[in-house]
Amino acid sequence: MSTMADDPRVLADRPGLIGTLATYRSRIARGDIGQLPVLIGLLVIWLVFYAASGGTFFSPFNLVNLALQMAAVGTIAVGVVFVLLLGEIDLTVGIVSGLCAGVMAVLNVKMGLPGPVAVGAAVVSGTAIGLVQGLWITRFRIPSFVVTLAGLIGWQGALLYVLGSTGTINLRDPFITSLAGTFFTGWVAAALGVAFVGYLVGTSYLVRSRRLTAGLGAESMSTLAVRSVVIAAFVAGGILALGQDRGVPLSLAFLVGLVVLMDHVAKRTRFGRMVFAVGGSREAARRAGIPVSAVRVAVFALASTCAAWGGVLAASRLLAVNQSAGSGDVLLNAIAAAVIGGTSLFGGRGTVWAALLGILVIQSISNGMDLLSLDSSVKFMITGAVLLVAVTIDAIARRGREVAGA
Amino acid sequence: MTVERPGPLLELRGISKRFGAVQALTDVRFEVRPSEVVALVGDNGAGKSTLIKVVSGIFAADSGTILWQGAETVLHGPADAVALGISTVYQDLALADNLDVVANLFLGREVGSGGGVLATLDEISMEQRSISVLRRLSVKIPSVRTVIAALSGGQRQAVAAARSVLWENKVVLLDEPTAALGVGQTHEVLELVRRLRDDGRGVVLISHNLEDVFAVADRITVLRLGRYVGTYDAKTVTREQLVSYMTGAMPGTAEVPLPAIAAQPT
Repeated sequence: MSTMADDPRVLADRPGLIGTLATYRSRIARGDIGQLPVLIGLLVIWLVFYAASGGTFFSPFNLVNLALQMAAVGTIAVGVVFVLLLGEIDLTVGIVSGLCAGVMAVLNVKMGLPGPVAVGAAVVSGTAIGLVQGLWITRFRIPSFVVTLAGLIGWQGALLYVLGSTGTINLRDPFITSLAGTFFTGWVAAALGVAFVGYLVGTSYLVRSRRLTAGLGAESMSTLAVRSVVIAAFVAGGILALGQDRGVPLSLAFLVGLVVLMDHVAKRTRFGRMVFAVGGSREAARRAGIPVSAVRVAVFALASTCAAWGGVLAASRLLAVNQSAGSGDVLLNAIAAAVIGGTSLFGGRGTVWAALLGILVIQSISNGMDLLSLDSSVKFMITGAVLLVAVTIDAIARRGREVAGA
Repeated sequence: MTVERPGPLLELRGISKRFGAVQALTDVRFEVRPSEVVALVGDNGAGKSTLIKVVSGIFAADSGTILWQGAETVLHGPADAVALGISTVYQDLALADNLDVVANLFLGREVGSGGGVLATLDEISMEQRSISVLRRLSVKIPSVRTVIAALSGGQRQAVAAARSVLWENKVVLLDEPTAALGVGQTHEVLELVRRLRDDGRGVVLISHNLEDVFAVADRITVLRLGRYVGTYDAKTVTREQLVSYMTGAMPGTAEVPLPAIAAQPT
C-alpha cells in the first residue's frame, strides 16, 4: 500500500549546529533544562567568592581543600542520584557512611585487621544494609521515606554501639590514611586528566561517527569541538592549579571515576534504562516485564554502598571516626547535591553528573563562606536558599513539561 | 469459487468467568483471523474488559478453552500471552513518560551487547528499527528521540501500537484507543488500525464508539451482560440493529457467518 511509503517526518534531529540549537530549544521549552542553570549558578558563586575573598578562593591551596571536601559527600551523592531517579528517598545515606566508617575503624584499630580488609568489610556492610532496607521497602510495600527514617535512627544507635565506650577512634593505618592523603602531581596527574578528557571526548566522537555511518542524525562537529575544548581547558586548568599545591587528590580521582562509571551504567546499560523506566512509570515498567522490585532493591544497595565508600573517604581525611560521624549535614548535603545538580525529586529525570556538579556548588559555598569567616548560621541559610532555588527551577520545568505534553 | 482463508489466530470457546457473586462472562466465544479487524462492543458491564483480560493472561477463565492458531493453550499470566504473540495496548497506555520513543518501543527488551543487565545498549540499531517500524505504520512524530511526555494522545497510542508491531505480535488488542482523543487524532489512530490489519495482524478493537467501529471493523462481536450475543459483518449490519443487540431490545439471532466460509462449497 502506498501509505507504507517513507514518511519524511519521522527523522532524527536535524543535522548541523542549527539542528542542535533547535533540539536544545525544544528541550528547554518542554522543561528538560539539563545542566545549564547549575553551571551558570556555579559560575556566579565562584565569581562572587573570588571577588569577596580577594582571590584566595582560587588559590591552589584552597582548591585542593575544596577537592578534598567534595570527595566524601560527592561519593554519597552518586548513590542518592540513583535513589532519586527511582522517585524514592534514602534518609540513611549519611548515618550509613558514619556506621560503615565505624565498622572499618573498629576492625582495623581494635581488632587489628589489615587496612584493606577493614575497608572492604565497611563497603560490604554498606551493601548489606542497603539490601536489607531495599527488601524491607519492596517486600512489605512501605514507603522508602518511612523505612529509611527508621534506619536513620536505628543505624545511629548501631554506630554508638560499634564504637563502644571509646567514643572516638583515631586512624593510623597507612592504607586507610592514604585514601585521602595521596596526591598526584606531574605526569601521573597529567595522565589522569588526559584519560578523563579522552574518555569523555572520545566516546562523544565515537557515538557521532557511528551514528553518521548508520545514517542517523548526529551532533554537529562544531558543537562537539566547542564542548571538547571547554572540557579540556577546564580539566587542564584544574589539574595545573591543584599541582601548584599538593596535587590532584586520590579521593577526587575516585569520585570522578565513580561518576564516569555510574553515568555509563545509568545512560548506556539495560540496568540504567530499567531504573529510569521504574522512576518514570512503575506500572509501565512492570507491564514491560521489568523486575521492578529487584531494580529497587539493587538501587538501595547501590546507594548504601556508595555511602559506605563515602564514609571511608571521610574518615580517611579526618583520620578518625567519632560518634558524630555521618550525622549533621552529611545527609542533607548529599541529597541537596543531587537535587541542585538537576536530579528531579519526582523520579525519572537526572544524571549522575548532577552529584559532581551539585557537590561542587555546595562545597564551593561552604568553603567560600569559611574563607570569608562567615558564621555557620549564614552558611546554613544560604545553602538552604540555593537548594530551594534549585528545587523551584525543577518544579517550574516540570510544569512547563506538563504543558508541553498536554 | 473457494477463497482460501486462514484459520483463526485466536479463538475462544465457552469462556466463563465469575468474580464472587458476579458472573462476568458466561459461555462467550470469540475469534480473530489474520488481516482482519474485529470490534468487540457492548454496553458498560457487558464483559469486554474481562474478556480482554482473559485473552491477555491477566485473568484465568473459570471454564472454556483458548485456541492459539488452532491449538489449545492455557495462559498462566501476561507473559504467556506476550510469548504467544498477543499484545495489549491498554487504555492508560503503559508508556514511560520520561523516556524517549526508542526507549519505550524497546522497553523491557532492549538490544544490548549481551544479555546481562549491565550490557551496553545498542542505541543505533534500536533507533534504526524504531524509525523503520514507525515509517511502516506512517506514524508522524517529530523525532524518535522525543520523550513521550511531549507527544499528543494520538501519537502516544501510535507508539504503544507500534511496540506490538515491532515485536511481531500476531494479535493486537486495542482497549478503547480513541476514548481520550480529538477528531484528528482519532482519525490517525483508526488509520493505524487499518495499517496493522494490512500488515497481516489480527486486530481486536474494544470500543464504545460505534462510529469508530463501523469505520474500521470487518466483523463486530457483541456482548451483553457477560453473554455472547452474536458476530456480525460490519458491511451488512446497521447501526440500529447493533444498538438493539447491545441493549437487548432485540435478541441477537441474526448472526452472519464469515463471508469466505459462506463461499466454501459444503
